[in-house]
Amino acid sequence: MTRDWNPEAADAIVAAHLQLEGPLLPILHAIQEEFGYISEDAMRLIANRLNITRAEVYGVVSFYHDYRQQPSGRHVLKLCRAEACQSMGGEANAAKLLERLGVDWGGTTADGRLTVEPIYCLGLCACAPSAMLDDEVHGRLDADSLEALAMEAV
Amino acid sequence: MKLYVPCDASALATGANKIALAIASEAAKRGVTVQIIRNGSRGMYWLEPLVEIATPEGRIGFGPMTLADVPGLFENAAAHPKAVGLVEKIPFFAKQQRLTFARCGVIDPLDLQDYQAHGGYVGLANAIKAGAAATCAQVKESGLRGRGGAGFPTGIKWETVRTAQADQKYIVCNADEGDSGTFADRMIMEGDPFSLVEGMTIAAIATGATKGYIYLRSEYPHAIRTMNKSIALAEKAGFLGDNVMGSGQAFHLEVFVGAGAYVCGEETALLDSLEGKRGQVRAKPPIPALVGLYGKPTIVNNTISLATIPVIMEKGAKHYADFGMGRSRGTMPVQIAGNVKHGGLFEVAFGITLGEIVNDIAGGTASGKPVRAVQAGGPLGAYFPPHLFDTPYDYEAFTKRDGLIGHGGLVIFDESVDMAKMARFAMEFCAHESCGKCTPCRIGSTRGMEVMDNIIAGHEPEKNLALVKDLCETMKFGSLCALGGFTPYPVMSAITHFPEDFQKPAIPLAAE
Repeated sequence: MTRDWNPEAADAIVAAHLQLEGPLLPILHAIQEEFGYISEDAMRLIANRLNITRAEVYGVVSFYHDYRQQPSGRHVLKLCRAEACQSMGGEANAAKLLERLGVDWGGTTADGRLTVEPIYCLGLCACAPSAMLDDEVHGRLDADSLEALAMEAV
Repeated sequence: MKLYVPCDASALATGANKIALAIASEAAKRGVTVQIIRNGSRGMYWLEPLVEIATPEGRIGFGPMTLADVPGLFENAAAHPKAVGLVEKIPFFAKQQRLTFARCGVIDPLDLQDYQAHGGYVGLANAIKAGAAATCAQVKESGLRGRGGAGFPTGIKWETVRTAQADQKYIVCNADEGDSGTFADRMIMEGDPFSLVEGMTIAAIATGATKGYIYLRSEYPHAIRTMNKSIALAEKAGFLGDNVMGSGQAFHLEVFVGAGAYVCGEETALLDSLEGKRGQVRAKPPIPALVGLYGKPTIVNNTISLATIPVIMEKGAKHYADFGMGRSRGTMPVQIAGNVKHGGLFEVAFGITLGEIVNDIAGGTASGKPVRAVQAGGPLGAYFPPHLFDTPYDYEAFTKRDGLIGHGGLVIFDESVDMAKMARFAMEFCAHESCGKCTPCRIGSTRGMEVMDNIIAGHEPEKNLALVKDLCETMKFGSLCALGGFTPYPVMSAITHFPEDFQKPAIPLAAE
């Protein structure tokens, strides 16, 4: 579970990374891990502590696919859309699931339960199609087992 | 009873943890004492989860295991429905020449003693004894070329960094393995992480670098955990730290987690990312070997290149160079993926033909339908039709046929594939991942996607095909890096070899 914005906790996270040579990405990872996304407050605080502009922080946050500027659902399902998974019917499975959940890529179900994101390769290409639910990987999915996986996260 | 259950991500994705738990509880129920070792993968992914039992004759395998297959392991194992016999006698495994992956799947990845019992850290000891210049010479002599895709001679890069004068030098491992159809980096990091740690340490000894980073993609959480643990263990044992193996030289190593940008697999974008910036490509020259991370001389090598160094320094440059053909020396871990019967990692000397790999080794498609196309070298690699399957696996031979080996991935497609859609996807992927610095890649990919949409809809296909070809020329010659520069490979190979997919009847416009 992630927690609500807390400047003292964020400050401690930034401080813990200051001895690194290139601290910005590790800080953003840790902030997102703690608060679920990178808020405007977080960007302002980081810019301040690292003595860089907010534009620089925003530039980095918006460049990388991993960083979120809005909270996600309680669970995140990442579906691989790369070639190896396509060759095993991954796109059709994904389309069916998105329709069933009533969301588009990157969308969150109305009950806030699940966010579905595209990912380009989990390195499970010989067990395609593959997906990652939160931190757990799954391979050899078909339309039914994918749907079961998506429904299992509550 | 000694059993092996892999902890490789593909094994986990197919249920290995549940199998390991079930084995433990079944053993307890039967009062049998078991030792379960969580090894890496052997790379025979169609058999995962592959459980192995140690016997006096060797390790016998069972796979792909399901929970229902567990009790049978404790009964007449030879008659088990999932028995595959001696693992190392399985043709897919027996036909390989494993140098880089010799320990992968065999040992416990985080058992340093097991690593050393299998030749680990002999290479580093030899490098320290030989000194920096001789180590660089050995790497040059081995003929090892960058396994990330560019195929640049590793030894020349090392020599450049060794002779550069600077107060600080860096060793950077490019473990941003983003190509679809590739998983060699992931497999070695999860199955034999010390080989990468040792390879990077040898690079440090050979160049005088004291600091190293492994730029590891966030999509590989298991590899991140394993690498972090292996670094801590190596530090504790004196293989990393202020005085590496008593050499008097310091080398400190860290894992740096990427943030989901494919372009960061390009070495200069990777360096910017490590510095905490947007992962944008730098113009070359200057080359990173002279002006790299924070402007200092830096080796940027692929995971597999670095993980191959220990065996070269252990067994000698000649041993490695004796494998291969032409200017492609040694072995390549070919990764066979997609719609394939026997998918996995097949390490073999250069020279084997594409057809041998696809048909004989991999056994064709999983669907049983004929193979229609093979994409070699990731999302920036060309699609090969069956009539080019006589191409030998060799950097130069692939180039001659307008393709590339890249990082060694092969994605197999059956006859249901629509090549016009795949060409569109190549443009879409480039647009999604473009760093935005150069115009041919940033704008070209988006325009390419639109033109492909017109072709797929059957709108003026002749005119639009000419446009796509022209656009591909611009992207190929005008882009700063391989993302924009190589996206034309999949697009043009699809158009050249599968022209019938680009001649669709026009979809009539809706009547008003």
